[in-house]
Amino acid sequence: MVQNLQKLCSMMTEKIFLQIINSLRAEATEEVSLDSPEREPILSSEPSPAVTPVTPTTLIAPRIESKSLSAPVIFDRSREEIEEEANGDVFDIEIGVSDPEKVGDGMNAYMAYRVTTKTSLSMFSKSEFSVKRRFSDFLGLHSKLASKYLHVGYIVPPAPEKSIVGMTKVKVGKEDSSSTEFVEKRRAALERYLQRTVKHPTLLQDPDLRQFLESSELPRAVNTQALSGAGILRMVNKAADAVNKMTIKMNESDAWFEEKQQQFENLDQQLRKLHASVEALVCHRKELSANTAAFAKSAAMLGNSEDHTALSRALSQLAEVEEKIDQLHQEQAFADFYMFSELLSDYIRLIAAVKGVFDHRMKCWQKWEDAQITLLKKRETEAKMMVANKPDKIQQAKNEIREWEAKVQQGERDFEQISKTIRKEVGRFEKERVKDFKTVIIKYLESLVQTQQQLIKYWEAFLPEAKAIA
Amino acid sequence: MDDAMVAQPSSTAVDLHGDSSLQVEISDAVSERDKVKFTVQTKSCLPHFAQTEFSVVRQHEEFIWLHDAYVENEEYAGLIIPPAPPRPDFEASREKLQKLGEGDSSITREEFAKMKQELEAEYLAIFKKTVAMHEVFLQRLAAHPTLRRDHNFFVFLEYGQDLSVRGKNRKELLGGFLRNIVKSADEALITGMSGLKEVDDFFEHERTFLLEYHTRIRDACLRADRVMHSHKCLADDYIPISAALSSLGTQEVNQLKTSFLKLAELFERLRKLEGRMASDEDLKLSDMLRYYMRDSQAAKDLLYRRLRALADYENANKALDKARTRNREVRTAESHQQLCCQRFERLSDSAKQELMDFKSRRVSSFRKNLIELAELELKHAKASTLLLRNTLVALKGEP
Repeated sequence: MVQNLQKLCSMMTEKIFLQIINSLRAEATEEVSLDSPEREPILSSEPSPAVTPVTPTTLIAPRIESKSLSAPVIFDRSREEIEEEANGDVFDIEIGVSDPEKVGDGMNAYMAYRVTTKTSLSMFSKSEFSVKRRFSDFLGLHSKLASKYLHVGYIVPPAPEKSIVGMTKVKVGKEDSSSTEFVEKRRAALERYLQRTVKHPTLLQDPDLRQFLESSELPRAVNTQALSGAGILRMVNKAADAVNKMTIKMNESDAWFEEKQQQFENLDQQLRKLHASVEALVCHRKELSANTAAFAKSAAMLGNSEDHTALSRALSQLAEVEEKIDQLHQEQAFADFYMFSELLSDYIRLIAAVKGVFDHRMKCWQKWEDAQITLLKKRETEAKMMVANKPDKIQQAKNEIREWEAKVQQGERDFEQISKTIRKEVGRFEKERVKDFKTVIIKYLESLVQTQQQLIKYWEAFLPEAKAIA
Repeated sequence: MDDAMVAQPSSTAVDLHGDSSLQVEISDAVSERDKVKFTVQTKSCLPHFAQTEFSVVRQHEEFIWLHDAYVENEEYAGLIIPPAPPRPDFEASREKLQKLGEGDSSITREEFAKMKQELEAEYLAIFKKTVAMHEVFLQRLAAHPTLRRDHNFFVFLEYGQDLSVRGKNRKELLGGFLRNIVKSADEALITGMSGLKEVDDFFEHERTFLLEYHTRIRDACLRADRVMHSHKCLADDYIPISAALSSLGTQEVNQLKTSFLKLAELFERLRKLEGRMASDEDLKLSDMLRYYMRDSQAAKDLLYRRLRALADYENANKALDKARTRNREVRTAESHQQLCCQRFERLSDSAKQELMDFKSRRVSSFRKNLIELAELELKHAKASTLLLRNTLVALKGEP
């Protein structure tokens, strides 16, 4: 692992490398996942990895060996090359989430999903592999990634939301269509979540992500349970953050950030509106489907009653057509939902992550600002001590001044770094967004065309039957 | 009453004769608050009328009066009386317009204008339908060789003043209550629970057929209405979607701008197509089913009347037997029995003809409407496909 880091070192400038280490050290308020095996090696300055007793050695040892034997090609290339590859569409990894399977019984039951990875990237030991994961594993992954990358400006894709109601139905064993729908909705959401995460060039390098995709055994993510103690703490912290945000008055020297923030705010509002309208569309299309099915049945009954033979046959045919149309409506409603509606709700959550990143920048600025203020105070103290002529206090003051000068410098560097990262991230995010929307819009329109073509087929088959009524 | 039917240009489901000696149409209609005033125009060369062309203004209650006059007339007991037109009902539409007016400040001006347009179109459609229903009622009467000669009909068509039947509303309500009581007695007759013996196979078949048919067509009609309603809701959903896409497009600074704007336009056009599809389904399917639901009820009423006549005949027979055994008032009993017999036979003969006409009318109307429905569905589906394909080409073509 350390050898990797050394290679990492060679491709990044030292400044940025140290910055990552320091921020990982400093942000101890965020939950630290004890399961991440890489934490200890990074924090220690020793070349040999200090393996914590918590982490089973089986997880660490094989990986280090494999890494020393075959240094991943990716690390030898220059940073520019990697960026180019990340910006181009040559990222060669495909993730599928499939086969939801209920494990266990009663309230302790859970759904296990198969996560399949197909890749030609050499950082993975195989080109095709799969593992079983449960929902809390995904949440755990997100939690780890968020704790490492969010506060330095990376837009970490948010995980799908928890649903106590939905899961309870599944646990209790209701085999009805609403719980199958719920599971399918979740499966699709988990798939999209992973696909977005691996598309991010920095996150793709993360060992936690690799462990998630590859390891057959994953330690339980314990802090993701709904209403757990940690969960409540998280909610409280979020609220406190919100209050803090309101009181930070930042002197924005860079208009770009203000502009972008406003843009994302507007985008958020409009997407929410659109999402609500699309949800209404899905609902009405489902209603239309149900009503069409009911009408088909009554048309069939009417056909049975009808004593004119040809008309009776035509009415039965009409009933069949309507039944097929009902199916069409159902399929279209699925497309409405999974393509259109879910895309919008994904982006509403993604934009929340983007806003979070901008907030972190503000906090970073605040920290820098606070350091500057403290430095000033320390200088004042030194001056006072000089006047009062207390030599030992003067020395202490001088020490503190040195300490805070370093902090101010660090604060400035951090702020510049996060600003730079955010600019890059937003650029990448916007590119992805354009691609995503365009792809989905085209797919959705094609589904609408499909529906219309089927309708044409059905009515064209019916027309001669109607004309045959004599 | 032969098989040659000429399609009428009106939007409703009834095919009528091309007989031109008495032509009736509703040339104009005005909606005022709660009332609709229909201008009934008659063109006729019949000697009875003072002029060859004349108009009067009538309201819904006067149509009901005319219908009830036919129903109560013993002479027409053996005929299917064309069903009365339904009362004009703008309540739902008016409520929606009012709600829109009170409205929701979160919708944009364009959205508001479109929704208002939709509701006004809906109001207009209901209006047109009620005109058509009233017109078809009159036209069927005018086409029927017996019914067209009715004195009340002439009065309705020609009398310049209003017919003062407004107070009938209360009577109508009361009449309706009494009618329901009579109806349950009729139901007993027609469902065979009264023990009356049917002598004619044709009528036995018609009875079982009509009972079932009427229930099922009523069901189908209700469900068709619900389909139409969902379809309309769907079309209306496109309004806020189009508006939101439009706002998104205007705000975007990147390539999504044109995509969103094109999509907004697409949904606006799709909305109109879906709306038209919904209203075509309404006219060709729902309205047709509704009309034949009423017409089949009218046919059932004819069967009731005939069965009542049969019951009277049977009772007269019994009375005659009793009179003969007692040897009292045999003459009166005999003549009464003869009257009942003649009446029953007269009714049966004309009912048979009427029911056969009902069938051919029904078949040809269904045929016409189902063909038109299929053709319209195809037309709209093809238009939608073209629209979608054009948009796809435009979207794919951009960088």
